[in-house]
Amino acid sequence: MVFLSVPVDKATMERGKKVYIQYCIACHQVDGGGVPGLNPPLEKTPHVLGSKTKLIRIILKGMDTHEEIDGETYSNVMAPHNHLTDQQIADVLTYVRNSFGNIAIAITPGDVKYVRARTK
Amino acid sequence: MTVLIINPVNDLLILQGNKKPSGVTENAGLKLPAGFSASVLADSVGRARHIVVTKKGALYIKLSKLINGKGILRVKDTDGDGKIDDIKSFGNYIGTGITIKDGYLYASSNDEVFRYALDENEEVIKPDSPEKIIKGLINGRQHNTKSLVLDDKGYIYVNIGSPLNSCQEIDRGAGSKGKDPCPVLDSAGGIWQFRADKLNQTYKEGIRYATGLRNVMGLDWNYQINELFVIQHGRDQLDMFPEYFNAKQNADIPAEEMFMIKKGANCGWPYCYFDVQQNKKVLAPEYGGDGKNTTRCEGVEQPIVAFPAHLAPNALLFYTGSMFPDKYKNGAFVAFHGSWNRSPEKQEGYYVVFVPFKDGKPSGPWEIFADGFAGVETVMSPKQAQHRPCGLAQGPDGALYVSDDVKGTIYKIIYKNN
Repeated sequence: MVFLSVPVDKATMERGKKVYIQYCIACHQVDGGGVPGLNPPLEKTPHVLGSKTKLIRIILKGMDTHEEIDGETYSNVMAPHNHLTDQQIADVLTYVRNSFGNIAIAITPGDVKYVRARTK
Repeated sequence: MTVLIINPVNDLLILQGNKKPSGVTENAGLKLPAGFSASVLADSVGRARHIVVTKKGALYIKLSKLINGKGILRVKDTDGDGKIDDIKSFGNYIGTGITIKDGYLYASSNDEVFRYALDENEEVIKPDSPEKIIKGLINGRQHNTKSLVLDDKGYIYVNIGSPLNSCQEIDRGAGSKGKDPCPVLDSAGGIWQFRADKLNQTYKEGIRYATGLRNVMGLDWNYQINELFVIQHGRDQLDMFPEYFNAKQNADIPAEEMFMIKKGANCGWPYCYFDVQQNKKVLAPEYGGDGKNTTRCEGVEQPIVAFPAHLAPNALLFYTGSMFPDKYKNGAFVAFHGSWNRSPEKQEGYYVVFVPFKDGKPSGPWEIFADGFAGVETVMSPKQAQHRPCGLAQGPDGALYVSDDVKGTIYKIIYKNN
């Protein structure tokens, strides 16, 4: 298997970081490490690196399940963030997918628009 | 021994050196006042939450994650070498609360309370068949631990934390308004009183002893004045209302409040929080507050100590022993688990503090008693903390025990007058 490292443009990362600091850092922390037992980490987890659709849906609908992530559960609730624009969601998810040791392809505003239209 | 700790924020290597050849860190890595010393009684015992010591010096430890299907450990140092050598486990449920009173061990899951009869050495007689005394308590995902304490009249007091941060229509949603009245308060967000000796009690048999408490993990009975004392985990995320609060204000303003509780007390949550800068209760932004408005907050219970925001008080213990110097007698120790909701500021807490008391009232400023649990100079993200204080207990000799729920370390702190 060959991993293609797709460079993400710097401007997107900078915009994404701004959104991260405003809306995400409180719970997921400066290093993406989350809070043990409370808020899930964003480092190399299947939620972050896996399906773009599922990840976009977490932003739009929030998350209130007690599922295990790498053997641990997390008790805080994530509120829906559907007030963010397609551009903001694309930027922040691209930032998260390429920070904290993560490498994954970018998410575009078009991806978000598509998922938003199909998410109730 | 030299320990290398990697700080994941900036990949700095922090060198923690000491010259001791034994491989044992001095005072188990803790900073303590002069005359005190600490040792590690046990390590890697799992998610050690609250703890209690028997009159013979054995420890019961409540676990928030099962080990081999068991949620309570009973550990003892039988040969007196300072390390545990005798471990038993029982109880097939996770939880936090555990205490001993008048011949019984009481322990909680996140929705029930059990008790186990003890023999004359305070050893559990039938570990596999406890009496279920309370059941059916609210077990939301947040704040679901059920801390316990008993009085001398046969009552048990159980914290039932609110499953929400601030009772909003959308929990932790930016700008989301508070439900008014907050429906959660009927069954959570307070302290409930039950009989200690009646089986299968539910809300129907319980009394809501105090309300308006978001989540209490640390509570203790003060036998000097026969009253209940609690310490609340204050609210998070004031900056969900950016028109009034920025991240720095959220990091600094909403206190962790200690209360003396009388029956019927209302401590204000979710309508009011205590602002440490203005030194008063103010109306929460979810209920129309702007950081200054105090409507609805006159008449609610005032804290007897207001600690800095977000430190996460996980245990409270009135010290009644004779080992420590006089100033500690009848004063309160508080174990702070350490903050998470201070980003992008550095996190705070991760220590045990002492509050001097006289006649059941704080008699001076609080001070940090035991520090250094985190093992790093600065915690930017809670994950960096190597240890986090969670439970407190007093031994029959007056030693203070502190549990850590990250690595499962049990610290024993003693005082030697020399």
